[in-house]
Amino acid sequence: MSDASITDIAQAEQGTSLWHDAWLRLRRNRLALFGLGVLVLFITIALITPWIAPYGYAEQNLDLGASGPSAAHWLGTDIFGRDLLTQIMYGGRVSLAVGFIATAVALLIGVTWGAVAGYAGGRVDAVMMRLVDILYALPFMIFIVLLMVVFGRNLLLLFLAIGAVEWLTMARIMRSQVQTLRQQEFVEAAVSLGLSPTTIIRRHVIPNALGPIIVYTTLTIPSVMLLEAFLSFLGLGIQPPQTSWGLLISYGAETMEEYPWLLLFPGLALTLTLFSLNFLGDGLRDALDVRGSRD
Amino acid sequence: MRLHFSARQLLPIFCLCITLVACGSGESRVVQGNRDGILHYGNGTEPQGLDPHIVTGLPESHIVRALFEGLAVKNPFTLEPEPGVAQSWDISEDGRTVTFHLNPQARWSNGDTMTADDYVWSWRRALNPAMGNQYAYMLYPVENAEAFATGKLEDFAEVGVKALDQHTLQVQLVTATPYFIQLMDHYSTFAVHRPTIEKFGKATDRFTPWTRVENIVGNGAFTLTEWKLNRRIRVEKSDTYWDRDRVRLNGVVFYPTENISSEERMFRVGQLHYTQTIPLDKIPVYRAMENSSYVNAPYLGTYYYLLNINKAPLQDVRVRRALSLAIDRARLNNTVLHAANVPAYGITPPGTLGYQPPKLFGHDVAAARELLADAGFPNGEGWPGLELTYNTSESHRKIAVALQQMWKDALNIEVTLSNQEWKVYLDSVDQMNFQMARRGWIGDYVDPNNFLDLFLCAGGNNNTGFCDPQYDDMITRQAPRARSREERYAIFYAAETLLMEQMPFIPIYTYTSNHLIHPSVRDMPSNLMDSLNLKYVWLDQDWEAAQ
Amino acid sequence: MWRFIAYRLLQAVPVILAVITVTFFLVRVAPGGPFDSEKAVVPEVKAALEAQYRLDQPLLTQYAAYLGDLAQGELGPSFKYPGRSVNELIAAGLPVTAELGLYALLVAMVIGGLAGVIASLKPNTAQDYLPMSAAMIGICMPSFLLGPLLVLVFGIYLDWLPVSGWGDIPGDKILPAITLGSTYAAYIARLSRAGMLEVMTQDYIRTARAKGLPEWQVVTRHALRGGLIPVVAFLGPAFAGLLSGSFVVETIFQIPGLGRFYVQAAFNRDYTMILGTTVFLSTLIVLFNLLSDILAAWMNPRLRTQFSEH
Repeated sequence: MSDASITDIAQAEQGTSLWHDAWLRLRRNRLALFGLGVLVLFITIALITPWIAPYGYAEQNLDLGASGPSAAHWLGTDIFGRDLLTQIMYGGRVSLAVGFIATAVALLIGVTWGAVAGYAGGRVDAVMMRLVDILYALPFMIFIVLLMVVFGRNLLLLFLAIGAVEWLTMARIMRSQVQTLRQQEFVEAAVSLGLSPTTIIRRHVIPNALGPIIVYTTLTIPSVMLLEAFLSFLGLGIQPPQTSWGLLISYGAETMEEYPWLLLFPGLALTLTLFSLNFLGDGLRDALDVRGSRD
Repeated sequence: MRLHFSARQLLPIFCLCITLVACGSGESRVVQGNRDGILHYGNGTEPQGLDPHIVTGLPESHIVRALFEGLAVKNPFTLEPEPGVAQSWDISEDGRTVTFHLNPQARWSNGDTMTADDYVWSWRRALNPAMGNQYAYMLYPVENAEAFATGKLEDFAEVGVKALDQHTLQVQLVTATPYFIQLMDHYSTFAVHRPTIEKFGKATDRFTPWTRVENIVGNGAFTLTEWKLNRRIRVEKSDTYWDRDRVRLNGVVFYPTENISSEERMFRVGQLHYTQTIPLDKIPVYRAMENSSYVNAPYLGTYYYLLNINKAPLQDVRVRRALSLAIDRARLNNTVLHAANVPAYGITPPGTLGYQPPKLFGHDVAAARELLADAGFPNGEGWPGLELTYNTSESHRKIAVALQQMWKDALNIEVTLSNQEWKVYLDSVDQMNFQMARRGWIGDYVDPNNFLDLFLCAGGNNNTGFCDPQYDDMITRQAPRARSREERYAIFYAAETLLMEQMPFIPIYTYTSNHLIHPSVRDMPSNLMDSLNLKYVWLDQDWEAAQ
Repeated sequence: MWRFIAYRLLQAVPVILAVITVTFFLVRVAPGGPFDSEKAVVPEVKAALEAQYRLDQPLLTQYAAYLGDLAQGELGPSFKYPGRSVNELIAAGLPVTAELGLYALLVAMVIGGLAGVIASLKPNTAQDYLPMSAAMIGICMPSFLLGPLLVLVFGIYLDWLPVSGWGDIPGDKILPAITLGSTYAAYIARLSRAGMLEVMTQDYIRTARAKGLPEWQVVTRHALRGGLIPVVAFLGPAFAGLLSGSFVVETIFQIPGLGRFYVQAAFNRDYTMILGTTVFLSTLIVLFNLLSDILAAWMNPRLRTQFSEH
C-alpha cells in the first residue's frame, strides 16, 4: 500500500461528530444558508445601529413631512419627517431583541420543565405534563390581550407574556427526547456511576437532546416576532417612543395608499427576517435529521 | 398523474369565475339609495342601545334622534330652536318659568297621542338615580332636579315640572337659563313611551327589550325596522310623525364604521353617502380633488392638555405658561394635522354663539425660555421630567410626538409619552394620576357656559386642581344675573382671562368636523354642533347635472 | 377508544374552570371600570349602575353568583350593550366568525395540502422549493400586512372584489377568507410535506409500488392517509388560532364577528362579555382539540395505544 492510501484510510476512519455531519448537510441547503446570511447581517446591523444610523432616531423635520425615497433619505421619511431607514434599524433592534429574549425565556422554562418531567417519570411527570396540557388548551391570544390590557404595557411583561405562551411546545419536545435518552445505555452507565440526577441531566441528557431544541428555537423566534407585531398592531405591544417593526407596519398600513413606502419597507424587513429564520430552521431540521415529535 | 379536462368541462368553471369577478362590481349602494330615497350613513361605533335615558355616545345620538324627538329641535342651518313636540313656548319675565304648548298632532309611533304627562313621567325616569343616566345633568337647570337625581330628595312632586293639562307642560328653573330650550334637543330630555316600557319591567330596569325592533315605540320622523348587531340599523319614514309631510327621505341605514380607513374606502367605492370622519392623511388627497366630497367645518369642541397643578413641576405658573408658549400651534396644524383644525388659545371655541374668547399669548419661544429660567430650569437644567398621558389613537399620538419634539427643541426639556388604553386613561384622569394628560371637550349646547363651567372648583370634569373662588363667582353667580348678552359675555371674557393667566391647561386646537359627503346629499349642512337633523335631508338624483 | 375519549373529556373540565377563574379575577383587577366615561359620572349614578350589575358586592360573592348563572347556561347581561345578554351577542357574532374560519380553513387545506403534497413528491427540486416558498409567505406575512395589500390591489386598483362587509355584496367573503387562511395554508403545506415525506419512505409504500400500482394511486390511496395525520392533528390548534386571529381580519374588513366583539369588550371592560366569550371560546377550542385528536387517533392506531399507557 502506498503512503497516500494509508492516510486516506486513516482519514476515513477519523469519524465525524454529529455536529460536523449536520454542518455539511446544512451547507448543501442553499435556502438555509441564505437565511443564515441574512440573519447574521440583520443582527450585526441591529447591534451597531447607534453608530451607523444616518440620522438621530427622534430627529423630526415637520416641514418635510412624509416623503418618498431620495438621496438624503434612502427609504423615505415618515409623517414627522423622521428618516425611515433609521426607524427600521432601531425598530429592528427591538423586534429582534423581543424575538430572541422571549424565546430564551421560553427555552429556559420549557427545557428545564421538560427535562425534569421526562427524567423523573412516574407521578412527577404525570403532574407536570397535566399542567402543560391544561395550559395548552387555553386560548392564549385571548389571555395575552387581556393581560396586556389589564397590566398596562411594559417591555418586561411583554417578554414574560410571550415567553409564557411558547414554552409549552418546548417542554413537550424536551420531555419526549429525555424519555428516549433515559433508556440509552450511557445514561444507565452514568446512573450506576452514582452521578446525581442534576449532573446527568446537565451533562448527558441536555446536550444530546439539543438537536430538536435548536430547531424549535429557531422556529419559535419568528412566531414570537409575529406575536409581538400583532400585539403592537392592537396597540398593546411596544409603546412609542420606542418602535418595532410591528408598530411601523401598523402605522404604515393606515397610510399605505398615500405613503406606500411606510408599509413596504418595514414589511419587507420583517418578512425577510422571518423567511430567513424559517429557512434556517427547516435546514437545521433536515440537517440534524430531526422528526417532528408528538408525545 | 395526468388530468384530462375537456373544453366542455372547463367552460362552466370559466363562467363561474367571470361571474364571481363581475359580481364584485354591481350597482353601488349610493346609486340605489338615491333612487329609493335611502341614505347610507357611516355611523362610527356600534350603538350601545337606543334608550334615550341610557345611551351616551354620538353614534347612538344620531339614531335616537331619528326615532325620537324633543320638545324643541335645532334647525341644522342656524342652530336656533324650532318647534318639535312643543309647537310653541313662553318664557316668563324673570326667565325662570318656561311653559311648553305641546302640538296636539304629536303622536307616538303606535298612534297614541303625546301628552304633558309623558314628559313628567319621562323626566322622572331620566333623573331617577337608579336609572344610571349619565346625562341626567342636562335637566339640572330644573328646580330640585339635581337634588332628586343625587338622592337628596325623595318626592319627585317637588321637582319643577308639572303637567298643567294634556298639552301644557310647565317647567320651573333654578335661575334664568338662556340655553334651556337648546337642552330640549338633547336626547336625555326626550320623552319615552310609558306603556311600552312598563310592559317589560320597571321604569328603571336597564335590561329590558323594549328597544327591540318588534317592541320599540318612538315619536320621531323615523321608525326602527331592522337592527342587525354590528351590521346595520335600518329606519324608515314614520307615518305617524306630526311633520311627516316635510320628511323627504324614505329611510336611513346606519352602518357601524369603527375602522376609519375602511370607512373611507367604503365611501370611495360608493357604499356610503356619508362618513363620520376621515383619516388625517387622506385630507390633502381629497382637498386636491375637484368637486371634493370633503367637508370641513368648525365644531364646538376644544382639544387641550390638562395640567395637574398639584404635581411638580407644574405648580409653578411660569412653567405652565412656558410650556404653552413654546409650542407652535400653527405649524402643528399645518403639518401633522393637514390644516384641518384651528389653533386654540383658550377653552371656549371662538364664535360660540357670538362669543370671542381672549387671546393672551401666541408662539413665543424667547418668552417661554425666560419663564422657564425664572422658574429655576434655565435651558432645561435640573428639569425633573414630565409625562404626557394620552389614550391610544393615531391622531393623539401624532400630536404628542410632534409637541414632544417642539418642547425639546425650544426648551431643551424631556417630555415622556405614556400611551394608555381608553379605560385606563379615563381612570388615570379621574384619579388625577397624571402630570399632563390629553383631553377633549365637546359642547353639549351652544353657549360659552358649557366650557367655562369646566373649571369650577367643584367641576366634575375639571381634573386640573384649579380652583379660584373669584372665577366660580363670576360663572355661577354673576353671569346668570347679567341682563344682556353683552354684559354676560363681558363677564365670561373676564373670567376666561383670569383662567388663562393661570394656564391650568394647554389649549391646542379647536375641533373641526371632517366628513366625506356624497354630492347627492342635500340639506345636510355643517353646523357648530355637527348636529344631524334628518328631517331636512334629501337625496338629489340629478346631482351630477348640478356640479 | 372510548376510554381515550372519556379521559380527554375529563381533562377538559379543570381547564375550563381554570379559564373562568383566571379571567374573572384578571378582569376585575384591571384599572378602569365599565362605567367610566370621559364626562365625569355623578357618584350616585355610578353607584346605582354598579348595584344593578352586582359590582358593589364582594368579589367572591360575584364569582359564586357567576358560576351559578353559568351552570344554567346564562352568561349574563352585557355591560356595554344594556338590554342585550352575552348569549345574544355571542349568538350574533359566532356564526359569522365560524363561517369565516371555515372558509379560511378550506382555503388553507386546499392550497396548503396541494402545495405540500406536490412538494413532497420531488424533494429538494424546483417542484419542492417553489410551492414551499410561496407557502412561506403565509407564515412570514402577518395578516395585517397581507390584508391591506389584498384590499389595495383587488379592491381598489382592480375593483374586482368588495373591500368590506360580510354577506352584503356577493364576493365580499373572498378576501377575508384568503387573508385569514394564508397563514394556515403555509403551516398545512409544511406539515403535509413533512408527513408525506416520512410516509413515502415506509415499507408499505414500497410494497404498493412493487405491486405495480400507478404512482398517483400510490399517493392517493396509500400515502395520503398516513401523510395527512399531522395535518389532522393540527386542525385543532389551527381552529383555535383562527378564532383568535380572526380579530385582525374582522377589523380590516369590517366583519361583524366574535373576534371583534371580544377585543372591544376587553377595551370596554365589559366584564360579562369578556368572561362569556372566553368561556365559550375555550370550551369550543377544547372540544375541537378533542375532536381532532380523536380523528388523528382513528387514522393512526399507534397514537391510541400511547394514550392508554397513562
